[in-house]
Amino acid sequence: MKDKINSSIPADNEIILGIRNGSKTSLDRLYRAYFPMILQLVISNNGNEDDAKDIFQESVIVLYNKVKAGDFELNSKLKTYIYAVCRRLWLKKLNHQSRFTNTAHVFEDIEEVELDVEAHETQNRQFQQMRSALSELGEPCKTIIEEFYLHNKSMQEICEQFGYTNADNAKTQKYKCLQRLKKLFFKSEN
Amino acid sequence: MKNLELINQIEAYIRGELSQEERVAFEKLRCEDAAVDQLVVEHQEWMNLMAAYGERQRLQHAMDLIHEQIDVHALKNELMPASVKVFQLWKKVRLQVAVAASVAIIAVLSTLIFSGHLAENLTGYSALRREINNIKRSQSDLAKNITKKSKGPVNPGEFGGTAFALSSNGYMVTNYHVIKDADSLYIQNASGDSYKVKTVYVEPEYDIAVLQIVDPEFVSLGKLPYTFKKSTSDLGEDVFTLGYPRDEPVYGKGYLSSRTGFDGDTVAYQVSIPVNPGNSGGPLLDNKGNVIGIISGKQTRTDGAAFAVKSNYLLQTLKEIPQKELERDLAINKKNTLAKLNRTEQIKKMQDYVFMVRVY
Repeated sequence: MKDKINSSIPADNEIILGIRNGSKTSLDRLYRAYFPMILQLVISNNGNEDDAKDIFQESVIVLYNKVKAGDFELNSKLKTYIYAVCRRLWLKKLNHQSRFTNTAHVFEDIEEVELDVEAHETQNRQFQQMRSALSELGEPCKTIIEEFYLHNKSMQEICEQFGYTNADNAKTQKYKCLQRLKKLFFKSEN
Repeated sequence: MKNLELINQIEAYIRGELSQEERVAFEKLRCEDAAVDQLVVEHQEWMNLMAAYGERQRLQHAMDLIHEQIDVHALKNELMPASVKVFQLWKKVRLQVAVAASVAIIAVLSTLIFSGHLAENLTGYSALRREINNIKRSQSDLAKNITKKSKGPVNPGEFGGTAFALSSNGYMVTNYHVIKDADSLYIQNASGDSYKVKTVYVEPEYDIAVLQIVDPEFVSLGKLPYTFKKSTSDLGEDVFTLGYPRDEPVYGKGYLSSRTGFDGDTVAYQVSIPVNPGNSGGPLLDNKGNVIGIISGKQTRTDGAAFAVKSNYLLQTLKEIPQKELERDLAINKKNTLAKLNRTEQIKKMQDYVFMVRVY
């Protein structure tokens, strides 16, 4: 059993289980096992190390979303899935940068990962809006919101962190911040 | 601040922080008030989005930490074999390389073309026609004028070569490449006698030209000492030539090194003999004094490879001359008087029948 854990290519189902449980070790092993493959893919197709990093991390995010949503069926190898997602993402990026002119080739193989990639892109756009809305929000609103909603802290902890003597003051402050954030977020959406 | 209270309540409800009674009361409120229910759903969605955003940030952060531990550079070197890296490099620089190569090719070609080097030397074959150095020649001509009355023109001519007699009545043979583009032709022997000649017949394919002395002062050359060999000579045979790479006759000795000439040309022999521009058209003789060929050229990038047109092609050419072109009878000499002589005697006898050709 120990050997199996230490082997360079981890078993697919272990990884998936690890993702579901939010295991850091699984992520680490997943990363180390498959990043080289993607590095090779990207570098041999007009990319550099940073492109490879971005593409690979995105594919891991796609995988995580799919696993967490519970609709991940392992009907191919995990390696194949990651490779397919990365390939799709990279072709899109190349196409976007017009470094890759052979567009016919891009569209000739509509893969099963297409839907996953598209969902991921929609989510990316939303998160991008969230990021800019949060940065526009300014301090201390940004931190309060992040601590409460993103990091799931309780109002009690936040009160202590910001030195609010009264929990009600903190709640009022947080409410105002939330309203402003929503305004910023939905403004940029429309 | 009714909304503030409501939101706080919704959040506590979603996070499961409400007590049993509070939860029941809130659920009841939710059932009764559709607006509250709507707000709950909306806020739930909003919180999910923010939680997912937080989740994403954490995941990204975790991955960045892992990534920092990986030595990407070493990994890259390990993954990409040298040939792939070379290929990558090639892909990056191929445009520049192509431009540089084109520039280099254009520069080299234009230099070769403008210097006139290309036309003559691309084949590695150089015909041994001499371009006479005008200044030097005119100086030596002046010197000659003082000591001796010249019969020929003072102008030294633009090109030079060698010719030798075919018959005593004034027929000569030389290379076609010596006399082509000529306005007028003169020949001059070792003792300085100069005669005007005209072209009777040319065979560019064999690089042979037949000339005839048309000078009124010319009488006869006397009996030719050498004969022309009909058959092909053997490899290794000792041969010699007499020519005019400069204004004096120059003797050269060598041996027959191949039965074919430049690039397998069957018309010529390859001869290992020192020859220079001006030797073109000179006779190539064997030990017995038979003309076996006419010196025609040499290979520029190979040592000791000169070429001579075979004598049987000369004889063949002579047969093809139309009779009406010949003012006098062209009788080939059949009696060899050189055979039993030693080399210096042979040369002495030969000398009067080998001429320098001046092309104007």
